[in-house]
Amino acid sequence: MTLFADIALLAFLIAAAIAILRKRDLFTIAMLSGVYGLLSAAVFVALDAPDVAMTEAAVGAGTSTVLMLATLHFVGREAMPPRKRPLLALIVTVAVGSALVYGVSDLPLFGDPKAPAHGDVARHYLERTGEEIGIPNVVTAVLASYRGFDTLGETAVILTAGIGVLALLGMLPRRQRREVGAEPAPHRDHTILRVVAKMLLPLLLMFACYVQAHGELSPGGGFQAGVVFATAFLLYALVFGTRRARAIVPEAWLERGMAGGLLVYGSVGVVTLLRGGAFLDYDVLAADPTVGQHVGIIAIELGVGATVASVLIAVFFAFADVDPA
Amino acid sequence: MDLPGHFNHYVFVLLMMLGLYAVIASRNLVKKLVGLTIFQTSVFILYISVAKVQGGAPPIAQPGVFVYSNPLPHVLILTAIVVSVSTTALGLTLAMRIKHAFGTIEEGALDAMDAEDEVR
Amino acid sequence: MTDVLATVGYGLAIAGAVVSVIAASGMLRLPDVFTRMHAAGVVDSLGAALVLVGLAIAGGFGTASARLLMILAFLWITTPTACHALAKIARAKGLMPPEREQQETGP
Repeated sequence: MTLFADIALLAFLIAAAIAILRKRDLFTIAMLSGVYGLLSAAVFVALDAPDVAMTEAAVGAGTSTVLMLATLHFVGREAMPPRKRPLLALIVTVAVGSALVYGVSDLPLFGDPKAPAHGDVARHYLERTGEEIGIPNVVTAVLASYRGFDTLGETAVILTAGIGVLALLGMLPRRQRREVGAEPAPHRDHTILRVVAKMLLPLLLMFACYVQAHGELSPGGGFQAGVVFATAFLLYALVFGTRRARAIVPEAWLERGMAGGLLVYGSVGVVTLLRGGAFLDYDVLAADPTVGQHVGIIAIELGVGATVASVLIAVFFAFADVDPA
Repeated sequence: MDLPGHFNHYVFVLLMMLGLYAVIASRNLVKKLVGLTIFQTSVFILYISVAKVQGGAPPIAQPGVFVYSNPLPHVLILTAIVVSVSTTALGLTLAMRIKHAFGTIEEGALDAMDAEDEVR
Repeated sequence: MTDVLATVGYGLAIAGAVVSVIAASGMLRLPDVFTRMHAAGVVDSLGAALVLVGLAIAGGFGTASARLLMILAFLWITTPTACHALAKIARAKGLMPPEREQQETGP
């Protein structure tokens, strides 16, 4: 039964990818890429990966699409047709594809429990998470504790991307920032849209906090929570205007949030060093190692959530401020 | 060509090639970025397919379940998804800067401007 | 009892899937934006409801069913709003529903 769903979803995914290739209207391509992201999130659910599915749905189907639409506002909607006979592209694609097909036939069969990928390391994590860290969600345990250093690097990557976007867009013509309320909000007469958006905002924010806190017990964690949190502010900005959204979340807070999240993460590592353990070894944070692990994981997830949310909101505000004229 | 056993893997190859073709053959920079997204997501599908264990549950410990899917690729792909959105955001920003500086984001027009600059 | 619940539930879910396919074919075959939005609205209200209520019944009464019903409530609030917003923008941009052709005979 799952195989059937798997095949159907992958077929839709291929259809979406081919449609993206053939379209010339960038708006349609942006919408299709949102569909592609949501379909791949469904594929991940069918493949027993709920954490990954949640992240892909929030990021690929939500934020990416909004950022692409904000870009199209400045860049224009039409794309020129490709070269009449893109021979080099076809040759390269077919050659690499054939090599990959030849290589893929050597991979272990789908779902084989004796595959080399399911070797000692994975078994160690699955078996030892209960006693060493004491949380049910093994993915969060590996992400936040066993491989916490990788996650520190990843948070640094998203901070760097945020800094890069803000630096690059700072030199483009900005819209004049007028007083809050001087300009009519974009959807002033869309009563239903405004009322429903206002109803949804507290739910979204509460769900973000839930996902943040529940990351140890169910699919969730810092990244997903940060993205959902940012989505609430994006929704407000899209329906009520960036002017009012900026009044609620001033730029200074966003900058402090971006850097502060990574600082909290690094500080947890420094604190563990000062208490005598290795960098990011949460065992030394409390008298009982398992409690120490809990404290460490909660602290770094908060840092990650703060950085991700701040970066996404700041990037959106930067995109939305660019003057299309 | 064991199709049922390797279906996910062949779909991965097809999606990756579609993405690669979009990156090479498109002349519009934003379309190239979307092609890159397709390419990245196909790699995610490969890793998660490799992680799946037949008859296993998602890697969240539940009482009474003894076979779980492999959590390690899930962690790697979580990182990869976050990095991919960072790359996309930065790529879109660069596209906007190029549009502002040169007036176009079509590769053909940009190449023509480069050729002009070289002649001078 | 569980078997009856499961059969009823899965039957409703399959009915929801059939309704969604009909709505999708409507979206392809209908002539313009507003009639297509009628078709899309069917999926929002009836298709999603049948699928989610069917799965909630098939799963028995517990937290999973409660979550499915909450998802249904959320869908019922948000997707018709999106449909409404689309229709409003389409009208604002000047698209009109197609004129009905005058009948030669008839009352």
